[in-house]
Amino acid sequence: MFQTLLFYVFSTVLIAAALGVIFSRNPVHSVMFLVLAFFNSAVLWLLAEAEFLAIVMVLVYVGAVMVLFIFVVMMLDINIEEVSGSLTRYAPLGLIISAIMVFELMQIIWLRGSERFVLEGFASMPEGYSNTKALGAILYTEHVYAFELAAVLLLLAIVAAITLTMRKRPGLKVQDINQQVSVRREDRVRMVKMDAEERQ
Amino acid sequence: MNFTELLPAAPEILLLGLICVVLVADLFISDENRIITFWLSIAALFCTGWVTIATQSAAPFTMFSGSYISDSLSHVLKVTAIGIVALVFMYSRDYLRQNNLFKGEFFILGLFGLLGMMVMISANSLLTMYLGLEILSLSLYAMVAFDRDSAEASEAAMKYFVLGAIASGTLLYGMSWVYGLTGSLQFHEIAVAINDPEINGLPLWFGIAFMVVGISFKFGAVPFHMWLPDVYQGARSAVTLYIASAPKLAALALILRILVDGLGSLHEVWQGMILVVAVLSIIIGNVVAIAQTNIKRMLAYSTIAHVGFILIAIFCGTEQGYEAALFYTLTYVVMAAGTFGMIILLSRQGFEAENLEDFKGLSSRSPWFALMMLFFMFGLAGVPPWIGFLAKLNAIAAVLDAGYQALAVLMVLASVVGAFYYLRVIKFVYFDESTDKTALPVALDTKLVLSLNGVALLALGLMPGWLLALCAIVI
Repeated sequence: MFQTLLFYVFSTVLIAAALGVIFSRNPVHSVMFLVLAFFNSAVLWLLAEAEFLAIVMVLVYVGAVMVLFIFVVMMLDINIEEVSGSLTRYAPLGLIISAIMVFELMQIIWLRGSERFVLEGFASMPEGYSNTKALGAILYTEHVYAFELAAVLLLLAIVAAITLTMRKRPGLKVQDINQQVSVRREDRVRMVKMDAEERQ
Repeated sequence: MNFTELLPAAPEILLLGLICVVLVADLFISDENRIITFWLSIAALFCTGWVTIATQSAAPFTMFSGSYISDSLSHVLKVTAIGIVALVFMYSRDYLRQNNLFKGEFFILGLFGLLGMMVMISANSLLTMYLGLEILSLSLYAMVAFDRDSAEASEAAMKYFVLGAIASGTLLYGMSWVYGLTGSLQFHEIAVAINDPEINGLPLWFGIAFMVVGISFKFGAVPFHMWLPDVYQGARSAVTLYIASAPKLAALALILRILVDGLGSLHEVWQGMILVVAVLSIIIGNVVAIAQTNIKRMLAYSTIAHVGFILIAIFCGTEQGYEAALFYTLTYVVMAAGTFGMIILLSRQGFEAENLEDFKGLSSRSPWFALMMLFFMFGLAGVPPWIGFLAKLNAIAAVLDAGYQALAVLMVLASVVGAFYYLRVIKFVYFDESTDKTALPVALDTKLVLSLNGVALLALGLMPGWLLALCAIVI
């Protein structure tokens, strides 16, 4: 009972936040609403006893992806007026996609009606079961090779990114600490002699 | 778990460790001593090659819960890949130096690419195959974009990256269908599961179709070849040399492991798709190559044609066909490495020998390397007694034995068309006057290796018995 109440509370906030993402005029506000939406969906995962997914949701989406989003939004300095006009422009496409999603939801509801595949509620696990532990166990035993390869892939991505971006080119704004420290007053300050001006 | 249990995977583990050593060592080497990175990379390749040979076992051995396989096919392909990458590094050294591109990252990315290939060659599950492919592709994208000051290279890298990502996605999508239906990632378990008539149906074929598209793209077969000429032309010659040679071995492993080991009993399902792709490849590759004036572009189309031959050999679905495909790929990478090595040999500071005209009068500049060019071109064209002839002959014999006479006739016709543009290069080399009299500015050891590479084509062609026997054992 209490769980159902919690579910509805968080779902309501989630939907409200999602609407906020679409309707707020300021892109930074949109991103903040998206963060709120992610937090609420993480709580829904927790209610479903999928604590690992909940943690990953917060760590990856909120911690990494959204921070990147905010950086990009701030750096691009998007014109708010321009963005607001796009709502009606993309409306037909949005309607088509939402129609598809509604159709898919209907399918699920229909499946539930025919009592196949779909569970009534969240599946409850036995006492003391931890899916973080289960995932960790399988990741470090059965899939250890793939896990290590994924790590190599990340290392390679770092090497590749640095190779392609770390280079000297004209117009690059790099701090030369040596030059900065050894600067003398004459390099920066120029004394200008001029006659005193008359009082206005 | 005991450490000796990891022994069959020692080549990959050692290579990864050595890559990290080279990566860190490169940090402390000044630009004047960058040659140390080069020799360290060569040493890393040598060690990995030695360990690969030392740890080989006759019986197939799977480990890491069946996601890694060590068998004779993996040994042959790995040793060849390591050797080819070493050749690529040798040829590239002077070229990179002359073009101010002599950076440690080229070799490190090259070694990472090799690691990706080795993972693919030894993959026994869809997951490791995909991860190996991504490691290989990611290092190739970065290598194509390596020369950041070149607009063509950046354009080529962008095209390659976007199209490659789509192809990887396609392959992964197909894999997800096969995994979803068979319930296993491992090839030998998939091979058992697909015999169930309930699984073997339209959804599985749907997944296979997506995987065939992904594989064809990675191979560069028509109609998924559009990236190949642009990337070959846009990338610096040293990078083209890398892309054109060793990754073909990994692509062969990709197709042999997935389609033959995993889905071999569904041979009738994928046979038709491979046939269409292969026939289009040999026709379009050979015909379009005639119209090219840029030799890198011409060789790109010739690659497409050769890939068509490899795919046709696989299409047969017989042991003989798989042997022919392996033989073809092994000899093709040696020929491709040498041919692009010649392009690099003729290039120097600020000058890329990439037009056919640049080969004019090579015989008066250097009679020996003109002869080598003749060897490579005869090898690619399939003139006896060079090894390329035997590769083509094997493929055609496999097709005939499988009972497809019309296809064999088409292959012969396509080879004849292909011979035209290879012989045209020889005409430029021997019968045209040179506009350029400068000597070839390449170190002695590179010349020596390139000469060995050229002579190897003839020597293999005269004594192919052991290689044929090897292919027969492996398959």
